Amino acid sequence: MKLKSILIAATALAVGTTAALAEDMTIVSWGGAYSSSQNNAYHKPYMAANPGVNIINDESSAEAVAKLRAMNEAGNVTWDVVDVVASDAIRLCDEGLAEVIDPDKDLAAAPDGTSAADDFGDLLVSECFIPQIVYSTTFGYRTDKVGDTPPTDICAVFDTAKYPGKRALEKRPINNVEWALICDGVAKEDVYDVLSTPEGVDRALAKLGTIKDDVIWWSSGSETPQLLADGEVIMGSTYNGRLFALIEEDKQPVAMLWDAQVFDLDGWIIPTGLSPERLAAAKKYIMFATDTQRLADQAKYISYGPARKSSAPLVGKHAELGIDMAPHMPTDPNNAKNTFLYNYEWWADNRDDLDAKFQAWLAK
Amino acid sequence: MTDQTHAQTVLTTQDGVPLKVSIARALRAQKIRSALLVAPLFLFILISFVLPIADMLYRSVENDIVPNTLPRTVVALQEWDENSGEMPSEDVFAALAEDMKIAAAAKTHTRVGSRLNYEKPGIASLFRKTGRRVKRFEDGDYTAQFLKADKNWGDPEVWQTIKQFSSPATAGYFLAAADAQRTPDGVQFKPEDERIYLFLFGRTLILSITITVTCILLGYPIAFLLSSLPLRSSNLLMILVLLPFWTSLLVRTSAWKVLLQQQGVINDTLVWLGIVGDDSRLALINNQTGTIIAMTHILLPFMILPLFSVMKTISPTYMRAAKSMGASDWYAFWRVYFPQTIPGIGAGSILVFILSIGYYITPELVGGTSGIFISNRIAYHISFSLNWGLAAALGVMLLAIVMVLYWLYDRIVGIDNVKLG
Repeated sequence: MKLKSILIAATALAVGTTAALAEDMTIVSWGGAYSSSQNNAYHKPYMAANPGVNIINDESSAEAVAKLRAMNEAGNVTWDVVDVVASDAIRLCDEGLAEVIDPDKDLAAAPDGTSAADDFGDLLVSECFIPQIVYSTTFGYRTDKVGDTPPTDICAVFDTAKYPGKRALEKRPINNVEWALICDGVAKEDVYDVLSTPEGVDRALAKLGTIKDDVIWWSSGSETPQLLADGEVIMGSTYNGRLFALIEEDKQPVAMLWDAQVFDLDGWIIPTGLSPERLAAAKKYIMFATDTQRLADQAKYISYGPARKSSAPLVGKHAELGIDMAPHMPTDPNNAKNTFLYNYEWWADNRDDLDAKFQAWLAK
Repeated sequence: MTDQTHAQTVLTTQDGVPLKVSIARALRAQKIRSALLVAPLFLFILISFVLPIADMLYRSVENDIVPNTLPRTVVALQEWDENSGEMPSEDVFAALAEDMKIAAAAKTHTRVGSRLNYEKPGIASLFRKTGRRVKRFEDGDYTAQFLKADKNWGDPEVWQTIKQFSSPATAGYFLAAADAQRTPDGVQFKPEDERIYLFLFGRTLILSITITVTCILLGYPIAFLLSSLPLRSSNLLMILVLLPFWTSLLVRTSAWKVLLQQQGVINDTLVWLGIVGDDSRLALINNQTGTIIAMTHILLPFMILPLFSVMKTISPTYMRAAKSMGASDWYAFWRVYFPQTIPGIGAGSILVFILSIGYYITPELVGGTSGIFISNRIAYHISFSLNWGLAAALGVMLLAIVMVLYWLYDRIVGIDNVKLG
């Protein structure tokens, strides 16, 4: 009898707490400094404004594409909002794994009334993708190992006579083949035309071949900062935020070589297969997290440029270091003197083919 | 007459039930009980082992998506001669327009596009672009409307690809996994600069064998020492063997990075001792050497443990007897002791070899470009290119290679000759 009443009480309590419990929302991102910048700029204010929502952070963005497909096939999608790079968003959209977004309905307008579609502009590269930040893949070099003539030109990467030592490059063709062609004398606007021919691919690989023995190939963005700090490499490519942390937070003797930095985008997608309530909750979050102020706030914690034009003037100082963040943004005019625009459509078509050729070339 | 006598001699139990039936009944209960005891394990193996492998086999050949999404086009294309070098007729374009309208409404046209893009780069954006336009197509002259949407529809190679992959099952993934492709002149190898998988299979096998051999060379003396020392000190040594075994794989791999890199501990020590010059530091990582060192270290316990447990059972009296009959130390070891340890070497080698052939994270981290395995490419196709068909085909080939090697091993050494202790 006693046991029975305890059980009833416990069940009632359990049911009661579940009902009172906040609505869980799983947000997937990259982890590390990036996730914490999102936590500070988006999650905390959102949960403060919506006490009924409990945000759970998942750090699986690196495997997001494969996991989303597996979840979709199993018919059990457990993620609500996922942070992916633009090329992955295009792939997910093609595979029917991401919801199509209507910028006019689902996204907030800028404070001055500009529509979201105009505010994001060209950065809306896929129907399913809501851009968040502009980051760039660029080079950092050891200031103590380049003598009196620090490199100012991307082609220093290919100049092993003037700058002897190892370089760190990504173990993927993306960006590397473009840089190789530019330094082989191809004009920026012709790069993808040249790459579309087999001879162009050979030409890019031949140029990379001139430094093949001097390259350490990385597969995770954290490797280059470590290699630079250890003095294993004299220069290396990585995401600009990683280099910012290395230079400004860890105070390593490293400087940025912004020349021919390649802009890329990172942003949100909402997976398909959510229940109507969860979809509505995810859209509500997206509407909040990608408004002008929130995007500008994120730049206080990490040196990535906000994807909205209207956010740029609102970028302030770093929350802990207290330094002005604007000069560290890849989009700052001083840094963006010579930038390279990445062609998403071209890469969506040619990524697998070129990757096979690149890996075959690497393996030989 | 004889039948009748036979019937009368049937043994029955006290309650008149024939003995045979009664025994069968008793045994049935027993059988059900044992089947129920085995059932969880059976189900577990079925769900976690047999079904995934069956799914992988299925995926490596399935190609439903093309005939399901473009049914009319597939039928219409049967009339078209793929070697003619010309575009298909208006009928085919009309069929495609109808298929595309339905597919674009269901948003499945891009999925076919990405499926066919694995075979011919460019088709993904062709389907994506056309899908946006097809809703506004008017009746009549579809050829012109398609060509206006994207001029690549005039490329016979696009149509060849669609026709080639129009059946619900395809050998295309296996061909790609063997660096081959179907051309108008039959199956041929891909151009030299695109071949990678057979090369990687070869490298995976060679490196795995190297790792297994280094494990034997390093593990044998340690196991011998462990088995011959008194229990107290051998237990301590055993902990030293097991300690790395209990440490996270990633931690150990990262530790090797710190040790082996050019500005790392080993190179610094060698330079300090004056053995190598400062400008000729050894490249010990981001190449095959790195993979072999790190993987040998990680897999060494899998060699030592079976060797140790087999050596433990070998009585020291055999060696003494051999020596007392005049054998030299080496002769006694080689002719008396070593043959008895072969089952341990066999067990350890199978463990190490099969584990290393499927390794992926360590080669990825320390292998650079010359030390990566076939599993790194499988992982790429699973997580980045989403070409699961090709990943499955590569996986099936890897499985087949392991099974062939296992069969060879059974023929040469004999699988009964393997002991884990």
